[in-house]
Amino acid sequence: MSSELDDLYQEVILDHGRRPRNFHRLEDADRQAEGLNPLCGDHFKLYVKLDGDRIQDIAFEGSGCAISKASASLMTSSVKGKTIAEAEELYSRFHKLVTKGPEAVRLPDLGKLAALSGVCEFPTRVKCASLVWHTLKNALADQQEVVSTE
Amino acid sequence: MRGGIQGLKAIFGGFDVERVRRDFPILSRPVRGKQLVYLDSAATTQKPRQVVEAMARYFDQENANVHRGVHFLSERATGAYEGARERVRKFLNARDASEIVFVRGTTEALNLVAFSFGKLRVGAGDEVLVTGMEHHSNIVPWQMLCAEKGAKLVVAPVDDRGVLLLDEMEKRIGPRTRVLAVAHVSNALGTVNPIKQIVERAHARGVPVVVDGAQGVSHVRADVQDLGCDFYAFSGHKIYGPTGIGVLYGKAEHLEAMPPWQGGGDMILSVTFEKTTYNEIPYKFEAGTPNMAGAVGLGAALDWVDALPLESAWAHESDLLAYGTEALSSVPGLRLVGTAPDKAAVLSFIFEDIHPHDIGTVLDREGIAIRTGHHCAQPLMQRFGIAATARASLGLYNTREEIDALVVGLEKVRRMFA
Repeated sequence: MSSELDDLYQEVILDHGRRPRNFHRLEDADRQAEGLNPLCGDHFKLYVKLDGDRIQDIAFEGSGCAISKASASLMTSSVKGKTIAEAEELYSRFHKLVTKGPEAVRLPDLGKLAALSGVCEFPTRVKCASLVWHTLKNALADQQEVVSTE
Repeated sequence: MRGGIQGLKAIFGGFDVERVRRDFPILSRPVRGKQLVYLDSAATTQKPRQVVEAMARYFDQENANVHRGVHFLSERATGAYEGARERVRKFLNARDASEIVFVRGTTEALNLVAFSFGKLRVGAGDEVLVTGMEHHSNIVPWQMLCAEKGAKLVVAPVDDRGVLLLDEMEKRIGPRTRVLAVAHVSNALGTVNPIKQIVERAHARGVPVVVDGAQGVSHVRADVQDLGCDFYAFSGHKIYGPTGIGVLYGKAEHLEAMPPWQGGGDMILSVTFEKTTYNEIPYKFEAGTPNMAGAVGLGAALDWVDALPLESAWAHESDLLAYGTEALSSVPGLRLVGTAPDKAAVLSFIFEDIHPHDIGTVLDREGIAIRTGHHCAQPLMQRFGIAATARASLGLYNTREEIDALVVGLEKVRRMFA
């Protein structure tokens, strides 16, 4: 197995892909948004409960590939409890990680999200990893239209 | 390994796959450090060197604009371009070369029919009948036409194997049905539709039939007089030719009656600011400088195909499909999507609950190229209750060993995600 493949499908990714965290509907969500990757059929719904400008709770449901699902699981775990500004800051670091590679960022700043560092070697999979982050952006901006990666 | 079982090297009645492979330099290139296993011919076929050489020769020796110059090269270019048209006529067994319109590809051909023939024939309250297994390019143009005209798009259903239900189809042919559009071969499932029968039933009710032959021409005989269809569309790049060139066959009586759909040079006889007289068919539908080198490449591709012992070449492909069907069916947790008795060259499947995109990425690292996704047939995917499939599709150059490589690759996929 090529090492790039092992970097992409790290144990953390496979684990979060198989057993996604925060994978449920959030009944009392005050923001929600939908993300769709029509090319491969990834389709997620994201629920956010805010406490002022803090993400008090966040969850998602839907289906997708291992990368998109793991990314959603890791994203929700990472931003829970953070302020909107902190989440946006994290997103810009994450975006750098998956488009420019692990050298472009300070990995410790990313916490568990660093597990997605292998994505940068797979240009066609960047949008799988990014889908749920775009969806988060829409949810926070309270935009209702479906996010599409195409 | 199944490879070499019975030592069948696939020399079927004079068809020698190893010899065929030598015409495709790309097949011997390594991919990601592995031997390329190209199982994505339904997306686009590879091109034999004869096609590449014919196009290079055209550019090196004959290039000029067609139909207008009085000079030597223009005559040569026109000869090459019109020679390609005659080549296509012969391949489809059309009555006359004027029934062959060059377009960019199947999509453009179907749009041409929808927006010229369709506009002529379809009005408010009328119906356009398609099938549940159509590619988006044989759905969306009709949908656009229906939206514009206030007509209705009606869909003939397919069963769980991916077989078109002919009687259900016929029930949907009503007094307002103005056109029936159907794929010759389904790109997502491989189902071969009985076009001749479909045409007979539709014509009995006075309904013209448009055939999307994108996946048809390279796998089954497409004799338009035998099929009896009114239109037949295909793309050069799916039959070992270049991209950017395709064909719309239309019965002369239809083409004569249809209005042009694009205006410009070459499609006119005379222009004044008061009135334009359109050119004859097929030129009426070929506005602007055409893809001359593409037409030459397509002609060369059809020469290449016809030089093969075609019946045995297709027997080789059928053997591969049967072999692949058996090999994939024996992989635990794998389910083939599309199991019609009459099938061509497509092995669409889902595997455990592993997303097709993940399957594709892992196989790619083994040098194996397959397609993953909805294959531009989202309504069909919905019919089967899935978002996407992994699809291995075959060309004349594929081998049993490559199917074996796919099976081995799938075991790696399982180890990673199970």
